[in-house]
Amino acid sequence: MTGLLEQVFNGLQLGFVYALIALGYTMVYGIIRLINFAHGDIFMVGAFVGVLGYTAWGLPFPVAVAVSMIVCAVAGVTIERLAYRPLRYAPRIAALISAIGVSIFLEYFCSLKFVFGPNYRVVTRPFEVTTFTVGGANVTNIQVVVAVVVLALLAGLQYMLYRTRIGKAMRAVSQDHDAARLMGINVDSVISATFGIGSALAAAGGVLYAVAYPQIWPFLGIMPGLKAFTAAVLGGIGSVPGAVLGAIIMGQVDVLSAAYISSQFRDAIGFSILIIVLLVRPTGLLGSRQREKV
Amino acid sequence: MAEPLLQIKGLTKFFGGLRAVSDFHLDLGQGELVGLIGPNGAGKTTVFNLITGMLPLTSGEVRFRGESIVGLPPHRVFGKGIARTFQNIRLFKEATVEDNVKVVLDARAGYSLPAAAIRTPAVLRSEVALREEAQQLLGILGLGGRTDTAAKNLPYGAQRRLEMARALAGKPSLLLLDEPAAGMNPAEVRELVSLIRDVKEKFGLSILLIEHQMGVVMNLCPRIVVMDFGEIIGEGTPAEVQGNPKVLEAYLGRGGVA
Amino acid sequence: MADKPRGKGFFAPGGRLLLPAVLVAFYVLARVLVAAGLLNGYWQLILDQSLIVATASLGLSLIYGFCGQFSLGHAAFYGLGAYTAGLISKLWGHGDPLWFVGSLLAGAVVAGLVAVVIGLPILRLRSDYLGIATLGFGIIVKVLMDNSGKLIPETGGATGMTGVPMVANLTWVFIVAVAAIFLVRNLVFSRFGRSWVAIREDEVAADAMGINTTRAKTLAFVLGCALAGLAGALYAHRYPFIHPSSFDFLKSIDFLIIVVLGGLGSFSGTVATAVAWVFLLEGLRAVLGVAFVDYRGVVYALILVAVIILRPRGLLGGKEWSALLPRLGRRDGREEAKPHG
Repeated sequence: MTGLLEQVFNGLQLGFVYALIALGYTMVYGIIRLINFAHGDIFMVGAFVGVLGYTAWGLPFPVAVAVSMIVCAVAGVTIERLAYRPLRYAPRIAALISAIGVSIFLEYFCSLKFVFGPNYRVVTRPFEVTTFTVGGANVTNIQVVVAVVVLALLAGLQYMLYRTRIGKAMRAVSQDHDAARLMGINVDSVISATFGIGSALAAAGGVLYAVAYPQIWPFLGIMPGLKAFTAAVLGGIGSVPGAVLGAIIMGQVDVLSAAYISSQFRDAIGFSILIIVLLVRPTGLLGSRQREKV
Repeated sequence: MAEPLLQIKGLTKFFGGLRAVSDFHLDLGQGELVGLIGPNGAGKTTVFNLITGMLPLTSGEVRFRGESIVGLPPHRVFGKGIARTFQNIRLFKEATVEDNVKVVLDARAGYSLPAAAIRTPAVLRSEVALREEAQQLLGILGLGGRTDTAAKNLPYGAQRRLEMARALAGKPSLLLLDEPAAGMNPAEVRELVSLIRDVKEKFGLSILLIEHQMGVVMNLCPRIVVMDFGEIIGEGTPAEVQGNPKVLEAYLGRGGVA
Repeated sequence: MADKPRGKGFFAPGGRLLLPAVLVAFYVLARVLVAAGLLNGYWQLILDQSLIVATASLGLSLIYGFCGQFSLGHAAFYGLGAYTAGLISKLWGHGDPLWFVGSLLAGAVVAGLVAVVIGLPILRLRSDYLGIATLGFGIIVKVLMDNSGKLIPETGGATGMTGVPMVANLTWVFIVAVAAIFLVRNLVFSRFGRSWVAIREDEVAADAMGINTTRAKTLAFVLGCALAGLAGALYAHRYPFIHPSSFDFLKSIDFLIIVVLGGLGSFSGTVATAVAWVFLLEGLRAVLGVAFVDYRGVVYALILVAVIILRPRGLLGGKEWSALLPRLGRRDGREEAKPHG
């Protein structure tokens, strides 16, 4: 029984990280109906930059996380400007293909020897791992750190979305671009901000992931990215609470299937869930029905 | 007494809490031309979508030639003899003008996949016949000279006529026209009115027409149904409708006549 | 009453024998180069690979270029064909020509059947979701391939399958590619192709105009995946070993790049681009040397993004090489292939 509880805590840790990534997917989709394929790779870049921050650049851990978030926010905004904005009025698939291209570019660019190199890197942790018990199960301080950071960021996001003007603007634009523009909202800026915030969250997720599972490489973002996307769809794409809910569920599924079924098949199980959700309830658990206008 | 071609009773559509169409009814007889008017958002296009099966209805009855067509997918409704055009022109833009029509004629082509794969003489004969039939239909609609251009390159008025040609290719008995005169100048509108009359005559059609341009509707349609907020608020001859206070209120109350 | 067409001459564009003549010439040239020692084993392999990739890409062209169904899992079907055919030849065929042909057909059929099973539920999805679902499917298939050794040891699981008799030579590959080209061309210019284009352009309108969109989409998907399976079957018989990593997401992207670059809705563009793409990559490898492996992904990605932003409809944008058009085939404004007699 303690084994199960420990796995649940592991799943929670992973789920929190997925939540940070899933939020970026859901917000971008909500605002421009694009599946930002490259988002998982921003997560990867965040992991690398953060780790470099507290190792090679000697920054204190929180500062390293902040730096990583800023770098990735800039990267996200730049990508939107260069690779997605030109296609805003093109067929939906064109932007998706561009996103795929950006994703591949990030992965292979970071694999180049003068960037991060193609190999796995073992990461040193910024602090000693300590364990203590809760309800008979082992809990690490890393899990606590992840939980605290993620919950803080979620609270910050919630505040921003509902108590600030920019948040209100984001919600307006995700409903109707034209109406928002008529209200005087600078839609382009809002979209850029969305990308920036989503990327920053993913970056934080990346650093936390690196600390929790201390091995990083340029293709780190693929599986967590796809699973976080599944989480966003599961929760209802476009819905912020949905993304978090979906991520918690996906975290549990991922860890429990690896522990009790087979670690070989954890990815296959994750994707099967995605396909089933898309077929059975594409609007997800908390999403709203959308109709095509004839 | 002949049974009406199209019988609609109690047609209702809810989108969640929003009532888009409420208790719509209509009996359209063979050879009739009925106009459907009303302010924007009245639910007219929704009625078309419900009839053609593009939207599932919440409740109500729709009978075509006495047979219920509720629940049939759009391509089956088309097969029964009901064709439509769209408010926002939905042509197959990258396909040629000829192909836009041929793809509908194809339903009667009937050659098999293996035959098509090796392009048998029978397939070739079929293709020649299809082309001729398409050319003929396009000629009637005034599109004969441009059959090879991509549909997206046609001028606006020609695109609307192509949509009609495409709908007619299915040899329908009932044609649903959704704002065919939208965006046309007065000369084009006059041409359109006489085209609709011609086509109705030539193909023996019954027509249900949504239109905002009162000149078109009052001229063409012996009978008019008026909708507002999803409900029928009046019906009758053009004169009757024009004199109906509820109809005037629906239009004038919105800050302007259509 | 149609005009009696003037004769066009057999070898003029659109003339009846031009296409076969060109293809025969291509084949003869290749054989001559080999015999003269000008085309060594390495470049022969590249040539064969380019034709195999062209065949598989034609499949994706049907599915996505013509019918508009965004599939990111094409490599999975390529792989299914490879493993099916490879196993058959390894276990039972041992290089016998009849078994070889049988294995090719089996590869196509298995891929097609899986496409039916997968296609029926997922083709209902809207294009971006369909892309994700097919992507997920591709990953599931790859995981299964990696673990296949547990069920069928001869597949070698994640280390790859060896022992498939390498009986696919230029002649075989060429014949299959040519057959695929004619098949796709004929279908595209038939009622099937027209229904696919209508669905691509506006599925809702196509439905309203009497087209059974479910049936048409499924047909395109099954045929396209079967072509991929057929190509994969050839692939299995041309390389010394087959490895699951050859059928991963990046391979699906390879096919996507080819179809997009070559022009959506242009099968001749797809074929030309496939051949050019394979040779381009090898050329890059020759130029960059060891660095090629590093830069390959970066180059791919930049090309993909540049093309999609600058020419969203691809380099050829839906136009066909008129020489390849069948009789009664036409594109906007181009010379039509006039029917004979």
